[in-house]
Amino acid sequence: MIRSTHLPLLITIATFVLAYTLCASQYPAMLSTRVVANLLTDNAFLGIAAVGMTFVILSGGIDLSIGSVIAFTGVFLAVILRDTSIHPLFAFVLVLAITISFGAAMGAMIHYLEMPPFIVTLAGMFLARGAAYVLSTDSVPITHEFYDTLQSLYWKAPGGGRFRLTGIIMLLTFLAGIIVAHRTRFGQNVYALGGGLSTARLMGVPLARTTIGIYATSGGLAGLAGIIFSLYTSAGYSLATVGVELDAIAAVVIGGTLLTGGTGFVAGTFFGILIMGLIQTFIVFDGTLSSWWTKIVIGGLLFGFILLQKGLTWATTLRRKPATEFAAQS
Amino acid sequence: MASVTDPVLECRGISKFFPGAIALDAVDLTLYPGEVHALLGENGAGKSTLIKCLTGAYRRDAGTIVLNNQEISPNSTQDSQKLGIGTVYQEVNLLPNLTVAENLFLGRQPMWHGFISQRKMMKMARDLLAEFGLSVNPAEPLSAYSVAVQQVVAIARAVELSGKVLILDEPTASLDRDEVELVFSVIEKLKARGLAIVFITHFLDQVFEISDRATVLRNGRVVGTRRLADASQTDIVTLMLGRQLEDRIHDRAPSVTGDKLIELTNFGKRGMITPFDLTIRKGEVVGLAGLLGSGRTETAELIFGAVQADQGDARLEGKKISIRNPREAVAHRFALCPEDRKSDGIVGDLSVRENIILALQARQGWFRPLPKAKVNELAEAYVKALDIRLASLDMPIRLLSGGNQQKALLARWLATNPALLILDEPTRGIDVGAHAEIIALIEKLREDGMALLVASSELEELVAYSTRVIVLRDRRQVCELAGDEITTSNIVAAIADEPMAEAV
Repeated sequence: MIRSTHLPLLITIATFVLAYTLCASQYPAMLSTRVVANLLTDNAFLGIAAVGMTFVILSGGIDLSIGSVIAFTGVFLAVILRDTSIHPLFAFVLVLAITISFGAAMGAMIHYLEMPPFIVTLAGMFLARGAAYVLSTDSVPITHEFYDTLQSLYWKAPGGGRFRLTGIIMLLTFLAGIIVAHRTRFGQNVYALGGGLSTARLMGVPLARTTIGIYATSGGLAGLAGIIFSLYTSAGYSLATVGVELDAIAAVVIGGTLLTGGTGFVAGTFFGILIMGLIQTFIVFDGTLSSWWTKIVIGGLLFGFILLQKGLTWATTLRRKPATEFAAQS
Repeated sequence: MASVTDPVLECRGISKFFPGAIALDAVDLTLYPGEVHALLGENGAGKSTLIKCLTGAYRRDAGTIVLNNQEISPNSTQDSQKLGIGTVYQEVNLLPNLTVAENLFLGRQPMWHGFISQRKMMKMARDLLAEFGLSVNPAEPLSAYSVAVQQVVAIARAVELSGKVLILDEPTASLDRDEVELVFSVIEKLKARGLAIVFITHFLDQVFEISDRATVLRNGRVVGTRRLADASQTDIVTLMLGRQLEDRIHDRAPSVTGDKLIELTNFGKRGMITPFDLTIRKGEVVGLAGLLGSGRTETAELIFGAVQADQGDARLEGKKISIRNPREAVAHRFALCPEDRKSDGIVGDLSVRENIILALQARQGWFRPLPKAKVNELAEAYVKALDIRLASLDMPIRLLSGGNQQKALLARWLATNPALLILDEPTRGIDVGAHAEIIALIEKLREDGMALLVASSELEELVAYSTRVIVLRDRRQVCELAGDEITTSNIVAAIADEPMAEAV
């Protein structure tokens, strides 16, 4: 059964398939498992952060802090592993606790002070970035044997592709995100918030708990993305991942989620990430194009998807189903 | 049959005071299971205050509410919902982006191992909607369906959550006739189930079609509760308007009037007002009578172009004209004093002088400012002519009293020297003295040869100054009274006494 709300998701998937076919027709090597594996590995941290962003945008909000939180997480891990002897796993738990509480605090401010999420998370962005600078202004390398172990975990597919742990974690995050969005009351409440705040309140949605939960999720996933990023780069640098929140927003919108909230799918964001990764890979394969073309294509795609969303909203209001056919039966 | 059973809900002596006003004065309301009880009254009669006291949105200041022999005092709408009182409003309070099933079960979804069971939820939704005679796909988003279906879904949710008393606050106000049928069929089913239903509407035909009893409120008091089987529409309208139906003879304005000024044929807009013919002559006051929501304001807005008509012709002194927006209307020398002067009329922070010359300046174009001396001269002349009482022309208009604001608004349009002046409720909310002055002004303008169209709920007032009265009902013109036929009792009869069979 295809619902009309599934249409943006289907269009995103179709775009991805089309783009992949075009890329593969020009460079057949792009079909190899190696490219696929790298697509997952290279975009793992962005994908995980984008899952959190999907929830935020579905609820009608925005989270500008995640790029800074990712950088803060990396620097925090690098510094704590350099200066103390605690186990990285414990450091992970610690940093996740910090980022989750940070997100929850932003959510609480948004709800209780009735502040626009844009402003609150903008403040959060500066705070987290500043905290990262305070810890260290230099790039701090991470040298810990546990990191080496984690980095060496992979499944080698036929064709030479290495599916690393980080990519797997991203896939699991998306899976969990899909289940939470559609199979839990929290997920339904997120959609309800995006549909209309006052109506959601009248229908008995716990606004405070849901809002705080949403931003805590986003903060926590940004923390997890930071951990993955530190595994990816083996370092923590306070100038890293500037503007990642905007990439995440782009992935969410290309994935078919309405920026005004209420409509969209976590799965769509996954394909949004893949499309963005694919463009980058294509440019690497081509070799002659400037990497700025990535931005141009993503900009064009964003425009296209915004127009598409407008068109679809317009179309659904036009073909509202009348009540008359049902009146006859009753 | 209802009287032998115990009431579901009994309100005794409900009172609610606002600073400087008594909104509800010892109101009694009794609801029996399986009855549809209409709550009637003009604007400001206290209907919505009573509902808000019942649903816990307001705290009552006195009185008791007994639900199933237990006294209750709900603190919030959530509270009253849990106790068994559900409310559905005119604008559907559901989430358009969620599916029909999700809307029905939000907050109480069927769970399976800690996760929502979509399949079970769809099945439950389908079964529930089937009970209401609705076969829609519960997996579709709510926004895919018409307002009527959404309204029924809202009713289904309210009944599922509450299940004793259902309050319907103007559920049919934005529905077509077919859609009203759908909602009514659902109400009939709920009635058969033994729910007590409170039905609030401005449509009298609908009241008689579906309700068993009606309670009429006026100025915060219950003026009567009637079994509708024993009551006529005239009884109810008389109760609502509170008119003593005695006829006073007025000095009738001479019926010889000037040339035709404006001629409208088959003029109307779908969903707003049924097409009508209307001719207004120079030196004539045409009154528009009818209950709230009968189409008075809509007629005024249509003629002024505030809402664009989708059919019909307009002729001005025999020439065909178009009135697509207020700018065009102003160009034809039309003027409209709107009903809600606070939001549609005055610009509160601008001075009285600026408010008076606003329309004239707008017609002249903003790039050709009126000379300052002319502005002062005009403003002073009108302040004097209309006896607007103010400390200085420079004071912000919001500081004036209601009556003086109304006169300043009149001055604004009179300054443009209109050919047709449309007044919507010119005397609402102003004191008695100003009231008489405005009526005198209307008569003077008529004698000067201006054409006026006045919509008002004050019947005596209409009788006093109208040369003709057009009666509206359910958004169409039902009757025209002229000359000696114009009496309050004739107007009330025309508002009320249409045979129900004819109502479409």
